[in-house]
Amino acid sequence: MTGHGNDLFSQQESNRQKSSWLLMSFVFFFAWLGFGGDIVLYLMSNSPEPGSYQHGLPWLGIAATVLASGLAWSAWKFGPQQVLWSTRAMELITPGTPEQSRLVHVVDEMAIAAGMPRPRIWIVPDEDPNAFATGTDPMHASIAVTEGLLARLDRDELQAVIAHELGHIARYDTRLMTIIAAMVGAIALLSDGVGRVLFQSGRMGANMGRVGTRSLGRAAGRRSSGTGTLLPILLVVWLVSLLVAPLLSRLMAMAISRKREFLADATAAQYTRNPGALIRALRKIDDVRTPTLAVGRGAAHLCIIDPSDRRFQRWSGLTGDLLASHPAVEERVRRLEAMGG
Amino acid sequence: MRSLLVLVVVLGLLFWMMSAYNRLIMLKNQVANAWKQIDVQLKRRHDLIPNLVETVKGALSFERETLEAVVQARTRAVSATGVKEVAKAEGELTQALGRLFALTEAYPDLKALGNVSQLQEELTSTENKIAFSRQHYNDVATTYNTVQAQVPTNLMAGLAKASPAELWEIDDPLERGVPKVDISLK
Repeated sequence: MTGHGNDLFSQQESNRQKSSWLLMSFVFFFAWLGFGGDIVLYLMSNSPEPGSYQHGLPWLGIAATVLASGLAWSAWKFGPQQVLWSTRAMELITPGTPEQSRLVHVVDEMAIAAGMPRPRIWIVPDEDPNAFATGTDPMHASIAVTEGLLARLDRDELQAVIAHELGHIARYDTRLMTIIAAMVGAIALLSDGVGRVLFQSGRMGANMGRVGTRSLGRAAGRRSSGTGTLLPILLVVWLVSLLVAPLLSRLMAMAISRKREFLADATAAQYTRNPGALIRALRKIDDVRTPTLAVGRGAAHLCIIDPSDRRFQRWSGLTGDLLASHPAVEERVRRLEAMGG
Repeated sequence: MRSLLVLVVVLGLLFWMMSAYNRLIMLKNQVANAWKQIDVQLKRRHDLIPNLVETVKGALSFERETLEAVVQARTRAVSATGVKEVAKAEGELTQALGRLFALTEAYPDLKALGNVSQLQEELTSTENKIAFSRQHYNDVATTYNTVQAQVPTNLMAGLAKASPAELWEIDDPLERGVPKVDISLK
């Protein structure tokens, strides 16, 4: 436990830095999509013919940058609410059943063990056992558990799961992961939208074949002056980055979350001093094969165990590592057993 | 050129002194805060006990000794002062409560009685909260003690008026490790 304070501090710092870095690169990526599109349009419309459209003002780039800044700001500001809202979670304010008051007690206990304020508690109406945490910092944090989790776990196991989620909050994992959740969603939406627009304009282009060939002919005619080679390269790079973005953002979300699961498991063991209970809880949750339908793909990496189809979890090794947002349960159990579970 | 170098070194040293000092003060406050947290939880337990005793008194009239032991241990715990004494009195109270819980397990009729199970959950949680606040205090105090003893932060310990914080020792060997009372009704 000696270096614990230092260790936690440096991890908080690294998560804070990664969060800002991520927000900035998100805005830069959108700016690139916008201004890249402007350059492509500029080169395509750069004909000396009077009267034809000349792309001068980079309005695409400006619009994309403004949009991305707005999205980044809202991911920061409303990310946690969006995640909770998307799972249809309801806040638990006054516990009604013995199960609910047990949950409130357990969260209280773990907040004391972690030495932080008690997060808000939410219940997700889903029969599948799972849990996640969200929020930008320990003062504004939320923990959500499914009804299935409350019904299936005993007190110690519930405590271990809550401790794991509080570990994410204490390390500022939730800030980073919530921002990622909001951005994965935004990028997927953008890529779908632009893809549709391109597809439709492609069909329109076929109908207006004459106009299309003429302007392309113009561009081809200018090849001798040097801009001609630049245009196709730019166009290809621009299109590829648009198409690859959703995949890359998903892979990044997964890679970022996997490493953090081991750390949160270790923190849970430190809070409860009972790694055995977390092992039992992980096994119990993992044994239920049905996917947690209430949790969408965007928020998958926030959960204690991958809420989607668990087939990827069973493959360890490279494929499993690349495709799963969480490390294999057996690997997590092995590490917890090494702590004395 | 040389004076610039001296200036840089002095500024660097000042900056390091400041951050080391601030770190020590921060940890010191965390330790004090963690200690207060234990107090809060102990107080909560003291407040809950009369309720519990009142509820089970009728059904457990033939186990008067156990009940009286709890009440006496509580009285001693309330009036105890100082880390060592408080720790001892609270340890005894935990043991007395443990015996009472064992009894409630032995008499299933008790569970049917009014709000006993609800009170049990309350007390279980309070016992856990005490254990966890104690654990948190020890964690924070250990970090504080380590940092102020480590080179080179120990040079600043005098200036920050840092002195080793006393850990909450557990006397009873049975209670060592994870002192948790789990009587949840499964």
